[in-house]
Amino acid sequence: MATLQLKQITKRFGDTDVIKGVDLEVNDREFVVFVGPSGCGKSTLMRMIAGLESATSGDIVIDGARMNEVGPADRGLAMVFQSYALYPHMTVEDNMGFSMRLAGVPREARREKVLEAAKILQLEPLLDRKPKALSGGQRQRVAIGRAIVRNPSIFLFDEPLSNLDAALRVQMRIELARLHEELDATMIYVTHDQIEAMTMADKIVVLHDGVVEQVGSPMELYHHPCNRFVAGFIGSPKMNFLDVDLVRSGLEGVSIRLPGGEACTVPVDGSRLAVDSPLELGIRPEHLQLDDQGPLTGEIRVLERLGGQTSLYVQMGEAMVTLMTDGDVAHRVHDKVRFGFEPRRAHLFDAETLALPSLHQHPLAGLTRHDNRLSSTSGCQ
Amino acid sequence: MNKTRASGRTVGGLRTLSLQAPAVTLLLLWMLVPLGMTLWFSFQRYNLLMPGMTGFAGLENYEYLFTDPALWSAMGTTLLLVGWVLAITVVGGTLLAVLFQQEFAGRGIARVLAISPFFVMPTVSALVWKNMMMHPSNGVLSWVAESFGLQAVDWFSALPLTSIIIIVAWQWLPFALLILLTAMQSLDEDQVEAARMDGAGPVAIFFFITLPHLKRAISVVIMIEMIFLLTIFAEIFVTTSGGPGLATTNLAYLIYIRALLDFDVGTASAGGVIAIVLANIVAIFLVRMVARNLED
Repeated sequence: MATLQLKQITKRFGDTDVIKGVDLEVNDREFVVFVGPSGCGKSTLMRMIAGLESATSGDIVIDGARMNEVGPADRGLAMVFQSYALYPHMTVEDNMGFSMRLAGVPREARREKVLEAAKILQLEPLLDRKPKALSGGQRQRVAIGRAIVRNPSIFLFDEPLSNLDAALRVQMRIELARLHEELDATMIYVTHDQIEAMTMADKIVVLHDGVVEQVGSPMELYHHPCNRFVAGFIGSPKMNFLDVDLVRSGLEGVSIRLPGGEACTVPVDGSRLAVDSPLELGIRPEHLQLDDQGPLTGEIRVLERLGGQTSLYVQMGEAMVTLMTDGDVAHRVHDKVRFGFEPRRAHLFDAETLALPSLHQHPLAGLTRHDNRLSSTSGCQ
Repeated sequence: MNKTRASGRTVGGLRTLSLQAPAVTLLLLWMLVPLGMTLWFSFQRYNLLMPGMTGFAGLENYEYLFTDPALWSAMGTTLLLVGWVLAITVVGGTLLAVLFQQEFAGRGIARVLAISPFFVMPTVSALVWKNMMMHPSNGVLSWVAESFGLQAVDWFSALPLTSIIIIVAWQWLPFALLILLTAMQSLDEDQVEAARMDGAGPVAIFFFITLPHLKRAISVVIMIEMIFLLTIFAEIFVTTSGGPGLATTNLAYLIYIRALLDFDVGTASAGGVIAIVLANIVAIFLVRMVARNLED
């Protein structure tokens, strides 16, 4: 069992509040990803969990025990650093066995444990090498091996893949997912890369300016973002936002007037809206379709052909809208196009940039990567 | 790769050589002329008090020197001086570097103060130590001793070599500190934190992380200090003049005595040759050691 609770955690550096009251629950064997733009406090939050940084206020509870005053080595955690932080003058074996050496474990027992971890990570042929003789991916694996050897209740990963090239990153992503399965461990992972978050997480925690914006499964965040920030941060290319006028809100949803003048009803709960309140429509590029009868129109300014897909950047008055379309679309730059969307795919955001709750739950929204386990502590904060 | 390089060298060889020639010639003259003259004089009968006695002396100068107990005493003094100063500056410099790497109020000023002795001229610092610190009646050290009710120490007559070692170490400690502090700053903070996560306390971090990281810088400090410490002169000249007896006469000071007090240039030159040989033996070991460290 390895669980973690954060209760009203805050952190101040001098006069700046870096973390402004974070509540979080991490369940046993969960893969939790902290994601957010740089400077949002995600690394600080992880360092506080690790014990490398003290919390200004709030409780850090690991397996039911308050750990605020416990040193980093005694919390039963292991951390993998972005820079790997391998000890350059020690061999791979000594790097991995360092914690046991400090704990006074005899050499044979150490070797046995290191070999066991090396086997999981296919590091056996490299045990006698020094870190400088290893490639980036191998160093990464040694850093993970050093964590495995400690047999931690929770693994912490601080942007572990950001120093690797794109191909290796995909490979390590798969390896980490496999490792999570194999070790059956609780893992917390910090990244700014929303693709890493979407592909690996059971639960994503979106942080922004030291505040948790939303906690939920990847599909929940994608289909039911709480607010404009989460909607814009999750998904690539970024969601399009258009200013629209409220016509009326009723039982079947909220009727709006689109920039072209046409009306449309989005199935969200608009009961809290006041008359004439400003609204913003959010629609993902992959949910916009070219359609000669569509309600929206504009001029293609940039066209990016990826082969399988084509991204169109369409000028609509003041606004620039992105469309992801089929790779075989024959349009050219400066063509005028009409396009539309399914109303149930759209999101509406009120003046406080909060999303209006959808009337229909997306069928995949509650599912995690292991589809038998439902995320228990998710929702908007 | 090697082939093209080699052929390039032959094609441009003459031109390269002609461009290098002035610098190489100057350096050779700079080194070879004094060396040649020293060697030449060391085989000559050449005493300034006896202008009539000249001519080839064979190995007489060397024989005289090697049978003189002063030479062996001077060699021992040189090694003791170099060894102790190195030990004090390297150990002290490492510990101070770790200390000054910690965050504390006024750290910048403290660093400058700690490094400043290095900017004081050797003669001046020796005079300050002689007249203001170690003076048996006016010195700060004797005042400290007396205020604790202890007998004041007459440093330069009771502990002459120790006094010289203290003065020289005081001068060279900042140099070691400066180099090691710079090296400390390149220590990856993540490594220290990883070690903390692995359960290392401050002492374990020092021995397993900091010291291996500083290894290279320490070997550089040892090499550079060694070169200068073998030829320490001003501090001895100003304070003890090599005495009492021969207690603080090192090789450099012995050569000075022979050449400019005894006016025996021939024997002094023979001493110079011995000093060159000694320095080269030390240098070969050092260069090997440093080169091995730099390879890592």
